[in-house]
Amino acid sequence: MTELARKRPEFRNINALQDLPTYRLPVAGWVSILHRVSGLLMFILMPLIIWMFDNSITSEISFAKFSAAFNVGLGFVPGWFMKLVALALIWGYLHHFIAGLRHLYMDVCHAVTKEFGKSSAIVTLVLSLGLTAALGAKLFGLY
Amino acid sequence: MSVNYGSKRIVTGAGYGFRDWLAQRVTGALMALFTIALLVQVLFTSGPIGYEQWAGIFAGQCMKFLTFGVIIALLYHVWVGMRDIWMDYIKPVGVRLVLHVFTLVWLVGCAGWAVQALWRL
Repeated sequence: MTELARKRPEFRNINALQDLPTYRLPVAGWVSILHRVSGLLMFILMPLIIWMFDNSITSEISFAKFSAAFNVGLGFVPGWFMKLVALALIWGYLHHFIAGLRHLYMDVCHAVTKEFGKSSAIVTLVLSLGLTAALGAKLFGLY
Repeated sequence: MSVNYGSKRIVTGAGYGFRDWLAQRVTGALMALFTIALLVQVLFTSGPIGYEQWAGIFAGQCMKFLTFGVIIALLYHVWVGMRDIWMDYIKPVGVRLVLHVFTLVWLVGCAGWAVQALWRL
């Protein structure tokens, strides 16, 4: 046992430039870091989200301005770019929501086995990416 | 009973993270329920949703009540999340303090704007 322990590589003081790009993150690890990233993304884009909410409910004219932002564009930003940003927000919200429900389920049902971690992580990714694709197709007028 | 405030406050013990951990869960669950409620309203609107239908959802006092609750819930939820991020990656205390203040200003400003938009109807 001790001989094996001596041979196994030890990871201390993770060096972002050397270790992060080479480390193979398990599925649950991906879901976890993407949960954080999606949260950060929504935080940064929060004024845009509020802008969209504000213009969409204030008046017919502002609603038209909100709609136009995604067709014609907003200032110097073209419409298709606004749609891409919206798609990023859609993914961000979907992933954060579903991964959050996964957290709540694990907390309430004490479902903390490694196997459940893996299976629930796969479900999370399939659901969030699938819904993102479906809503993205709708957003870009594919159906 | 015993004096435990001010300079005599004993700052040892346990459970300091519990309130924020639970608050993040509870606010998350509340916002999830609101999302479903909003989604149901959107999906059960017959025909394309124009300004009238969309603004109409937020016009009633009940929906305003719930949306305001969600804005406040979001405030706390995001604060805990962002505080965790700064705490994990930013070691210098001065930089972290600036980022905490920035985060709070950002969040409070966004909340105010959202409430302003909500009550314009």
